[in-house]
Amino acid sequence: MDKMPAWADAVLVPLISILLAAILSALVILAIGESPVEAFKLMVDGALMRSSGWGYTLYYTTNFIFTGLCVAVAFHAKMFNIGGEGQAMIGGLGVALACLFIPFPHWSVALIVATLAAAAFGAAWAFIPALLQAKRGSHIVITTIMFNFIAAALLNYVLVNLLRPVGAMEPATAGFPAATHLPTFQDMFASEGNPLFRGSPANVTFFLAVAACIAFWFLIWRTKLGYEIRAFGHSESAARYAGISPVRITVVAMLISGGLAGMMALNTTMGEAERLVLNATEGAGFIGIAVALMGRSHPVGVFLAALLFGFLYQGGAELALWTSIPRELITVIQALVILFTGALDNMVRMPLEKLFLATRRRSS
Amino acid sequence: MDYATLLQVLDSTVRLATPLLLACLAGLFSERAGIVDIGLEGKMLAAAFFSAAIAAVTGSVWLGLLAGIAASMVMSGIHGLASITFRGNQLISGVAINFLASGITVLIAQDWFSQGGRTPSLMGGGRFESITLPFAEALRGVPVIGPLYYELISGHSILVYVAFLMVPLTWWILFRTRFGLRLRAVGEAPEAVDTAGVSVVGLRFAAIAICGLLTGLAGAYLATGLQAGFVREMTAGRGYIALAALIFAKWRPWYALYACLLFGLLQAVALRYQNIDLGGFIIPVQFMDALPYILTVVILAGFVGKAIPPRAGGEPYVKER
Repeated sequence: MDKMPAWADAVLVPLISILLAAILSALVILAIGESPVEAFKLMVDGALMRSSGWGYTLYYTTNFIFTGLCVAVAFHAKMFNIGGEGQAMIGGLGVALACLFIPFPHWSVALIVATLAAAAFGAAWAFIPALLQAKRGSHIVITTIMFNFIAAALLNYVLVNLLRPVGAMEPATAGFPAATHLPTFQDMFASEGNPLFRGSPANVTFFLAVAACIAFWFLIWRTKLGYEIRAFGHSESAARYAGISPVRITVVAMLISGGLAGMMALNTTMGEAERLVLNATEGAGFIGIAVALMGRSHPVGVFLAALLFGFLYQGGAELALWTSIPRELITVIQALVILFTGALDNMVRMPLEKLFLATRRRSS
Repeated sequence: MDYATLLQVLDSTVRLATPLLLACLAGLFSERAGIVDIGLEGKMLAAAFFSAAIAAVTGSVWLGLLAGIAASMVMSGIHGLASITFRGNQLISGVAINFLASGITVLIAQDWFSQGGRTPSLMGGGRFESITLPFAEALRGVPVIGPLYYELISGHSILVYVAFLMVPLTWWILFRTRFGLRLRAVGEAPEAVDTAGVSVVGLRFAAIAICGLLTGLAGAYLATGLQAGFVREMTAGRGYIALAALIFAKWRPWYALYACLLFGLLQAVALRYQNIDLGGFIIPVQFMDALPYILTVVILAGFVGKAIPPRAGGEPYVKER
């Protein structure tokens, strides 16, 4: 059967899916007695019309780029990494240990070391599920779900029993030293006469996320390893025939995936809270699934999808502030996006394919 | 630990194992038919909310139960639409259902009751009362067996007994009826079932309908039996523990009972004792929380008896290639 043109597959299908999700979300808002148009206006006002709104939007975007890329790289190897949340939690532990116990002279050195620590810790948390998948055939989805819970318990233990300052009630580490403070957008772009990004948490990690997008593209489409990952994802038997080791690719792809998830913790832990708290990830690991699905596992798509979710997150916070619509609306939208772009993909695709086929027949 | 304490821990084990067991058997039906379901958590949550909400509004726990079952059936329907009709990815659909339930329950709870995403506390007819079995009072004085019967076996709500009766019933349906044989076949070799002229789609939808029914019972028990009302995220990972129990049980009903009782016991112990002191060596409570998941990973790794899932699990069935 003839296929749709590539642009329709890459752009039209996701767009229609988002449209469907948006219509359903609007119906939900209507059902709880609010106006969808007003709500959308409030979201745009709060997230995009002020520089501090952008500061929050880009802060969330940074998280979602990392977790989106994390899920995307696993998708390329035809694996579903639900463990981004746990890997990011453990990545946060790596950041906290580096920031608390190494006396850094300057934030740039701290950022480099903390990045390595975050990636190493996140990758380590993905390593066991990867190895079990590769060597023993234990399904990666189930093991990574289990590892999310184990990570939460581990982090809870470490924060309550080991890293909590003496006398503190809250399960969190002490504040990081001042030398590890990452420049925020306010530090970088605001001046006396032009107070930009006031009080918003977006910081230098955003540029790291953008760099990660570019590195991701280069890795997947311009290197031997990327080719091997894609080949393995398309057909395991063909990849094996071409001399690609399934064990190696499974483990390496998951290590990269876990490392990217771990790096998300830089933004939340080092960039914003400047200490490690219990729920630093706030579900960003799961939003990565929606972002990767919507972005079709391509870095440009992931970036745009992460920006959309950053906007939704900040806009949702504004909605909760000014209306009676709780933040959970965003969870519903996220669920609808996952449903339409992921699970119900064929519902959108099948009629479109028929449509394209019909128009092609007519023209020929 | 004296006998009374032991009985109390076992009693709370039974209570905590009940939602796990119902959800686990729900997953059993679904996965045996080849539909992987990681949306158990979401379905339970939806059922918990709607059962508590309707019970709070009408004052009748039975109407609440029906509403809970209906809610989780709708969720099952979405899962079926995505994974059977449109042959989508079942894992992704399950994830979507979990988020959908997590968001929509709080959204509606806030809209209906304005209590920060919870329902009002259920009282009187809005909850499942505990049932005192016959002779429980009379036999209470009998040493050993009396308290055992009174504390452990008697005095639970009806859904607990339903859950435990579901185990032999599930076994009988799956392994002693024609429907059960076909249901298992559709999870192992759907093409064979199709060749025999039996509808694969029909069987799979029947399986997820049963799954919806059972998760509905599980959720309703959580909100109207175990606790008195719905609070946000009240399932607290129980759907995933049920999933772990299912793997632990190797997709078999009786093993599912044992696995759920084991995980229920772990929860009961973690609830009662914070840190367990074993002669100088302290087991932290977080370790007890994580133990079901660690055990599942060990089982999945195949070091202690390999867990082999139904062969066609997770694969959408395409009639003609």
